[in-house]
Amino acid sequence: MPRLEFRCRLIYESGFHVDAAFDSDAPVTALCGPSGSGKTSVLSMIAGLRRPDSGFIRLGDRVLFDSAAGVHLPPERRGVGYVFQNHLLFPHLDVRGNLLYGWRRRRGRPARADLDKVTRVLELGDLLGRMPAGLSGGERQRVALGRALLCAPALLLLDEPLASVDQDLKGRVLDYIERALADWSIPTLYVSHDPGEIARIAGRVIRLDGGHVSA
Amino acid sequence: MLATFLGLAEEDWSAVWLSTRVSLAAVVLSLPFGIALGWVLARGRFRGKTFIETLVNLPLVLPPVVTGLLLLYLLGKRGLVGGWLYQQFGIEIALTWKAAVIAVAVMGFPLLVRAVRLAFEESDPRLYQAARSFGAGPFDAFFTVSLPLARRGVVAGCVLAFARGLGEFGATLMFAGILPETRTLAIQVYTLHNQPGDDYETRMWRVVAASVVLAFAALGLSEYLAGRRRHASA
Repeated sequence: MPRLEFRCRLIYESGFHVDAAFDSDAPVTALCGPSGSGKTSVLSMIAGLRRPDSGFIRLGDRVLFDSAAGVHLPPERRGVGYVFQNHLLFPHLDVRGNLLYGWRRRRGRPARADLDKVTRVLELGDLLGRMPAGLSGGERQRVALGRALLCAPALLLLDEPLASVDQDLKGRVLDYIERALADWSIPTLYVSHDPGEIARIAGRVIRLDGGHVSA
Repeated sequence: MLATFLGLAEEDWSAVWLSTRVSLAAVVLSLPFGIALGWVLARGRFRGKTFIETLVNLPLVLPPVVTGLLLLYLLGKRGLVGGWLYQQFGIEIALTWKAAVIAVAVMGFPLLVRAVRLAFEESDPRLYQAARSFGAGPFDAFFTVSLPLARRGVVAGCVLAFARGLGEFGATLMFAGILPETRTLAIQVYTLHNQPGDDYETRMWRVVAASVVLAFAALGLSEYLAGRRRHASA
């Protein structure tokens, strides 16, 4: 498993201060903490969507960000598959179009799965021609997961993937996630504030509080 | 043909047809700039933003004749840029159909930018970010995600600018003059009005009717598109 090293500082306009440092080479690393503790910030910085004020991010032998050396890899070159908290599926594309968006832009990264396999594992077969607006929360989440898996990511970021899923469906969607992670063994950073989920899925747990790592 | 159906004299029909073509060309010309500026004003945060906003909205507030005059000073044969163009390449802009297109484009531009900007402001900026994270570079993400999502607003802006362009008078008069190739709809009304005689008066009112119908249709379409956009983004 490639090692993820994260050591960054970021001060928001609002004054919120994120100053976190952690390393992990576990297959699934959980990032947990109360809401507002900076978990999504950390994911944004790793994905390259937010530029830290200073610091260092490395995945395996690739440096994604290094303020001292002036390195800031743009998001499209990081190979990070992001499953957003609000899915952020593209409303103007159908499910197939959403799934293939990252696939078409994987820039020669080796693909461990193709559309057929992902559709099978996540049971998306019936949904392929539908538009995101017509899907349920759980279905959207599965499509978002599929989209991230299909961009041949070197690292998977899951931001509270079960937050907008109905309570009685949570177990099922977690099954899908577990299955996908087991099938593809892509290093994963899993954000959640639910201890049950974390206990089930994570190998290493990092606790964030007020923008800082506490455990 | 359509002209006789509407009861328009041939010269008058040319004016209506010319206005339609000039407005169409003006919209096509201003579209890339309108989209770029709409995007920049919706998403950007930079010093001088207010200045740019004011500049873009100027044609909306200045007397059209003044805008025409400014265009003349800028692009006329002895103008700042026009002078150089004429001396170097022999390009004449003022008092040609090109001037009519530019005048109409400038006058409609604030309306286009306003609608495009609104469309981008109403769409979720995080979707562009998501596209970037899935491997799309800035231009790729813009053309495959941001722009399609703002599509209806952009079209509504185009229709509005087109409708505004159909009736353009003041700036066109100053910059393009009253020549056969620049005799747009409003200028034709003005010309007919200045000629004594019932004949001309009847013709004038027919052209006025045609312009009202065209403006109504264009504006109605723009409102319809704007309304559908509101429903679609729910």
